[in-house]
Amino acid sequence: MIIAVASGKGGTGKTTVAVSLAFSLDGVQFADCDVEEPNAAIFLRPTIVEKIPVTISVPEIDEKKCSGCGKCADLCAYNALVVLGTRVLVFPHMCHGCGGCTIICPERAITEKPREIGMLEKGMAGDMPFMQGILNVGEPMATPIIKQLRKHLDRSKIVILDSPPGTSCPVIETMRESDFCILVTEPTPFGLHDLQLAVETVRELQVPFGVIINCAGIGDDAVETYCHEEGIPLLMKIPWERRIAEGYSRGEPIVSIMPELKQAFINLSTTIAAASRN
Amino acid sequence: MKLCISSTGQNLAAVIDPRFGRATNYIIIDSDTGAFEWAENFAATAGGGAGTKAAQLVINKGVQAVLTGNIGPNAFAVLNAAGIKIYTGVSGTVQQAVDLFKGGKLQAVGAPTAEAHAGSGSGSCSGKGGCA
Repeated sequence: MIIAVASGKGGTGKTTVAVSLAFSLDGVQFADCDVEEPNAAIFLRPTIVEKIPVTISVPEIDEKKCSGCGKCADLCAYNALVVLGTRVLVFPHMCHGCGGCTIICPERAITEKPREIGMLEKGMAGDMPFMQGILNVGEPMATPIIKQLRKHLDRSKIVILDSPPGTSCPVIETMRESDFCILVTEPTPFGLHDLQLAVETVRELQVPFGVIINCAGIGDDAVETYCHEEGIPLLMKIPWERRIAEGYSRGEPIVSIMPELKQAFINLSTTIAAASRN
Repeated sequence: MKLCISSTGQNLAAVIDPRFGRATNYIIIDSDTGAFEWAENFAATAGGGAGTKAAQLVINKGVQAVLTGNIGPNAFAVLNAAGIKIYTGVSGTVQQAVDLFKGGKLQAVGAPTAEAHAGSGSGSCSGKGGCA
């Protein structure tokens, strides 16, 4: 079973929930898919044993074969190729690695070479298999790293995916083949606004989902009203408490700070198993 | 000499657009005869790669120099490879820029003057979790 923990708004407690769920259950594999700034390792403290480079294929032009026809540059949706006479300038950072230029080139002057954009790290957090993707600083594309992570998921386990925030491509890539999606939000107007965007996204992807309210006690009750009106299951409320924030600042998960929440996370997994699509 | 000036409008009285890649229009002018035309910059709204596409557009017009406010690294690389001279820091109207150029008051630059995406505002690809 694959459970994605996502949010819409950033900083609502995705990693807090994902890590606490992982610590509360047996047979978990954890994957941090927030490859622009993975931080679950701060709480899970894994030992990394394997590092696998992630590459995308970018074009290399054989100038002896190139006729300068410009078909490759015309095709490129990301303007990563510019043709000057019979010279082709390649801008590898703008290339999305689709391979279209290689196919369309009538002279077969284009070959593809790998370009490293980040790393996949694998290891163990105690007896829990752990993975995280790391996108190199300055690289614009997170999805190829998340796609690589997906290839290493062990469906015989309870796979917990810590998603990036937002509703853009990297989030879709994390959510799309999950069996259930937990949306973590805070009970504020910002939290509600971005939750609504995230709800639209999971509905489009047809992934069963429910909501966890973090920092319950601040803000207002608009998130709860919204969930009620939309028929969205409210899975859990995590209280607004200073000791949780203090523990977080030391890299301690909430189930260590408030052991009484552990049972709530175990119950949560039962609810999810019943509602998930696998 | 055939010049390209990034412009917010379609004639010589128009104000210079300070961005090269995401300029609204380009005025293409022959500095010797004063004959000019304008071209819409179709790259201005590109999700990404506006600089390289705009540079290609300008190169296809056969210009020998570009006058603009700022230019980013990718557009600079393309124009430079095509042997086009680049003059930055230009402001005011298109006519004023042409006069400064003809009076030899402008200095060609040898490096880009803006970061990538500087002219894209809060475009869809800026910031975290952008397009992929």
